[in-house]
Amino acid sequence: MDDNVRFLQGNDVCVQAALYAGLEFFAGYPITPSTEIAENLAYHLPRQGGKFIQMEDEIASMCAIIGASLTGRKVMTATSGPGFSLMQESLGFAIMAEIPCVIVNVQRGGPSTGLPTGPSQGDVLQARWGTHGDHAIIVLTASNHQDVFRMTVDAFNLAETYRTPVILLLDEVIGHMREKVILPEKGAIPVVDRLRTSVKAGIDYHPYLPREDGRLPMSDFGGEHRYHVTGLFHDMWGFPTTNPKIVHGLLRHLNDKIKNNISDINRMKEYFIDDARTILISYGSSARSALHVVHNRRARGERIGLLELQTLWPFPYTQVAEKCEKARQIVVVEMNMGQVLLQVKRAVSRPERVMLANRIDGVFITPTDIRNILRLIHGKGV
Amino acid sequence: MAVQDYIRKRFFPHLWCQGCGHGIVLNSLIRAIEELGIRKNDLVMVSGIGCSSRITGYVDVHTLHTLHGRALAFATGVKMSRPELRVIVPMGDGDALAIGGNHFIHSARRNIDMTALVMNNQIYGMTGGQFSPLSGPGVKATTAPFGNIDHGFDVVKLATAAGASFVARTTTYHVHQMISILKEAISHKGFSVVEIMSQCPTYFGRKNKLGGAVDMLDYFKSHTTAKGSDAHKKDPLMIERGIFVKEDRPEYCSDYDMLVKELQLKGDA
Amino acid sequence: MKHTPKPDMVLKGIFMAKKTLKEIRINRAWCKGCRICVHFCPGQVLECDAQDKAVVQRPQDCTCCMECELRCPDLAIEVIVEHPKEAAHG
Ligand code: SF4
Ligand code: SF4
Ligand code: SF4
Repeated sequence: MDDNVRFLQGNDVCVQAALYAGLEFFAGYPITPSTEIAENLAYHLPRQGGKFIQMEDEIASMCAIIGASLTGRKVMTATSGPGFSLMQESLGFAIMAEIPCVIVNVQRGGPSTGLPTGPSQGDVLQARWGTHGDHAIIVLTASNHQDVFRMTVDAFNLAETYRTPVILLLDEVIGHMREKVILPEKGAIPVVDRLRTSVKAGIDYHPYLPREDGRLPMSDFGGEHRYHVTGLFHDMWGFPTTNPKIVHGLLRHLNDKIKNNISDINRMKEYFIDDARTILISYGSSARSALHVVHNRRARGERIGLLELQTLWPFPYTQVAEKCEKARQIVVVEMNMGQVLLQVKRAVSRPERVMLANRIDGVFITPTDIRNILRLIHGKGV
Repeated sequence: MAVQDYIRKRFFPHLWCQGCGHGIVLNSLIRAIEELGIRKNDLVMVSGIGCSSRITGYVDVHTLHTLHGRALAFATGVKMSRPELRVIVPMGDGDALAIGGNHFIHSARRNIDMTALVMNNQIYGMTGGQFSPLSGPGVKATTAPFGNIDHGFDVVKLATAAGASFVARTTTYHVHQMISILKEAISHKGFSVVEIMSQCPTYFGRKNKLGGAVDMLDYFKSHTTAKGSDAHKKDPLMIERGIFVKEDRPEYCSDYDMLVKELQLKGDA
Repeated sequence: MKHTPKPDMVLKGIFMAKKTLKEIRINRAWCKGCRICVHFCPGQVLECDAQDKAVVQRPQDCTCCMECELRCPDLAIEVIVEHPKEAAHG
């Protein structure tokens, strides 16, 4: 059997992919259902000379990875709902100070302690708006282990490219389910390295002055350039300022660098969209059931398709609108009370076409659940 | 290198009030660094939020001005990632021991090689004079208008119990002692804690009718004494200054490096 | 209040006696007039002027003890001393 073929938990795949992408530093705190990520990295990282540290809480974990990233490392933390809530303040810091880092949130049922071992996709809007202030964020997700691998590597790549935190929003089903995955050979997936400044020692270096292409080359703490990093609004050297022009410019930059690059950041998969009268829109583990339904119905000649979102934020409004233009019905399949549904309604023309197929009881949404809801939508009863 | 080469002159005069003790801490700190001959590129300073935390903006080293209470957590990431760098973490009393109390005790427990300064002026200055976990009973503050009923920590005892391998206390009056303690703390391998009693004339001084900066320094002079001195035996209310703990103990980053080396020797990597 | 030098200060004074004062530089732009230097100067060398800035009033009484420079919260004082040896090489 090919050495690269494995049968793994989603959380293990995430670990393999993070190491593939060049992860050197992980700080975390145990929490179901993400703990296997920390456990696996506690085993793998020291063996490769990387750093693993279990911190006193999720707040400290998030802070520690930011500190480590500033010294030039690729960094990650992993958590779930309650821990993700605790990380929001420092997540905002990473956005403001433009520190590349990856945060994995293996979603469980909430609010509060909720359902630690129950599947949910209730953190979609929190991932977008959890931290205070106007900001932009990149959020990726995946529905199978091959994609978990790819999206994890992409999360690191986008974090480096845009100097920003990237959230990988998995869910309990993906995290704990075991399935086959082929670990790619080295080089098969491109890996973006830290962009370091070419400014020589002794010459004025501007950590917060974007190049023409919008990217901001970094200088490692401990290197030749000494500069200031703060969560306050700051000038191109990183020093605090309240100058309205600079404040305005920075806030625009932080938002535009993501918003203006949706076409580069957006990842989606489509199945039988072209002639589909009914389009299911889903993501994460729910998309597995949705895809099952689509295959089944297609076999019976129904014109149904699936649009699987892999980039949840920035939300691909234009792309979704285009794909759905001809559909008579759009059904968003998710395990929450309609968080992506809201975005789809905002995206498409004639939003009355958009309906929700969901489950919010801590039980995985099955193809049967979706089929039953579709029958209701089509006025056929259950 | 001259002392003034360690500061970012373009930001002076600094933002602290007239007579604020934090300036004296900055003064002593850069002297300690200069006397130790530490290269600016080898030094990282990480601070949180508050008047005290603005100190990082003024020092020409690698500086990270983080979130309220979280400086030690950020610093842990820096140090763990690059153990060869020196890491100094100046904090205020509320910053270090209220919101940051958990990170404080856990950094001490880990004995990670960093120097934590608690610039203790017993008050929240930046937000306008609220009591802190180091204010103690009886103190007047905007959130304790009738006198504080909240008890304070003893930083030295807390740091010692939590496992810091170097613990000291001094004041902004005792600048020679401050410089020498800071030098020892920074050179110490392990988690070092230096409590520096500092004056906030603007809020603590005014609210508690202690006079201006000069009077507050006089108070530090007359109400503190060398550790173990006769003066302290006679009057236990005198606050002791000096080095309370200085021990060689396994340090976190070194232990981690050893673990990595062992794994590599085993060929397990 | 009269400042009584502590024994270790006296000792330092003897050692410091070898130095002579060249200049006390006060950075008026940085000085905030807190009077810490004035109050704790053992020789009453310094005063604050009408603009609340420290000024050197009696340089001849300076013992080059550096207390003012070390204790200034605004890094506004520099006591520049001449070591006899350096002066000889002049
Ligand atoms: S408010 Fe107090 S602590 Fe803050 S700068 Fe003024 S004197 Fe210093
Ligand atoms: S101590 Fe410094 S700031 Fe205060 S009066 Fe003297 S020179 Fe001015
Ligand atoms: S060096 Fe000493 S004696 Fe001279 S002005 Fe300063 S404090 Fe006074």
